Amino acid sequence: MSIRDKAYIVGIYEHPTRLATDKSVPQLHAEVAAGALADAGLTKNDIDGYFCAAGDTPGLGCLSMVDYLGLKLKHMDSTDTGGSSYLLQVGHAAEAIALGKCSVALITLAGRPRSVGQATGTAPREPAVPMPESGFELPYGPATANMYAMCAMRHMHQYGTTSEQLAWVKVAASHHAQYNPHAMLRDVVTVEDVVNSPMIADPLHRLDCCVISDGGGAIIVTSPEVAKSLKRPLVKVRGAGEASKNQAGGKVDLTYSGAVWSGPLAFAEAGVKPADIKYASIYDSFTITVVMQLEDLGFCEKGQGGKFVSDGNLISGTGKLPFNTDGGGLCNNHPSNRGGLTKVLEAVRQLRGEAHPAVQVKNCDLALAHGTGGSLGTRHGSSTVILERE
Amino acid sequence: MAEGQQARKIPAPPGSPETKPFWDGAAEGRLLIKKCTACGELHFYPRSACPFCFSDKTEWVEASGNGTIYTYSVMRRAPIPYAIAYVTLAEGPTMMTNIVDCDLDSIRIGAAVKIVFKPSEGGPPVPMFAPA
Repeated sequence: MSIRDKAYIVGIYEHPTRLATDKSVPQLHAEVAAGALADAGLTKNDIDGYFCAAGDTPGLGCLSMVDYLGLKLKHMDSTDTGGSSYLLQVGHAAEAIALGKCSVALITLAGRPRSVGQATGTAPREPAVPMPESGFELPYGPATANMYAMCAMRHMHQYGTTSEQLAWVKVAASHHAQYNPHAMLRDVVTVEDVVNSPMIADPLHRLDCCVISDGGGAIIVTSPEVAKSLKRPLVKVRGAGEASKNQAGGKVDLTYSGAVWSGPLAFAEAGVKPADIKYASIYDSFTITVVMQLEDLGFCEKGQGGKFVSDGNLISGTGKLPFNTDGGGLCNNHPSNRGGLTKVLEAVRQLRGEAHPAVQVKNCDLALAHGTGGSLGTRHGSSTVILERE
Repeated sequence: MAEGQQARKIPAPPGSPETKPFWDGAAEGRLLIKKCTACGELHFYPRSACPFCFSDKTEWVEASGNGTIYTYSVMRRAPIPYAIAYVTLAEGPTMMTNIVDCDLDSIRIGAAVKIVFKPSEGGPPVPMFAPA
């Protein structure tokens, strides 16, 4: 049993806000849901499956949001794997649709960390209830930035990766963001700009880090029958894979991510290989995140990610692997500190031919969206989705 | 130099009945880790069930307190900069920690370190590492 060709993405919406001081989080969820439904040409009452992440939906799992939105469901899933949740939920929605558990699935993400002044990357986030590892981590100040920084430090030590190579990831994102009117950071930057920006957590500079933004997004996944009755381009789910990686009981290895497992699962289900991918959305919480995931997904050899991303290789039109043509988390937005959903949105735009003309990949018929969630330096979810234009 | 490290307030580690022996050991200046008597593997952080073979036959053993830095990062954007790290113990497991009592700019991957316990805010002392 496979989800291949069993489900289609027919509706997408990205909230234009980047600072939502005048809105609530449930309101943002509702607005992105309405936007994706309008894009698909469906109505709220068509939804019979809801997929979200417990961490950004206020209430117990999905229950409060189901209530708020007024949904009547046959299937629900609020699995939370951090920023990768929404990539994982595309796979879960496709599974439920393939099994006939639901036929129109809504996935939403929303949040307003910028409005509440959250120090997303530089202050440890203490859990409401201690986790099994809390006593052995919290005293040491594990903020988000320094956990990813430890991965970068090890990568540099082991493979000779340089700050200048990491900077190229941000440079490419900025080249794309200049065309996105909603992007928080639209100025094109240089390698020098990145390496000369203030150090946050060695070896990551300020411009190696993604933005902190409010906003959200939504996706509608549906069955082939419903998809073909609508007037939207047919973008189908060809394969998906998920995994989690952690400290492995003390056998810590920060040189790779869970993409070494989620990637091959997705490629095998889709029946394609990395060289077939025309466009890739890669979660860019930090520049190092992109380098490691590209290696782990098989776009280059392990340890060669720094070299791979250099010299504009990720810039649409000039590079071999156009990535994050909306500007990604590094320049566009990072709603609720979770970048997975927006990765799907830009992949769908590319497959529809609806990306900005300056960054649209020609004949883009096969795309990959991938992300990690949680912390690359401790434990994270990893999810890979491969999409095809029919 | 080391002043910043000393001044950073260390949050008290949340404990539980399962990990009480670890923190009791820390109060005595001993670093305790778990060994599985079924498969022989050492693991960290300590659990009642072995994460490798899932046996519940685990016992506390004292580690030497010697290790090497696997990786680290100095958090510059904090009121008092500090160095977070993973240290690989001489016994094998790698644990999250802070590198203290040194110039933060002198820290290097592969450097030998030894254990030192630092007081936490209202909790037991916390195992950290300083240059050996």
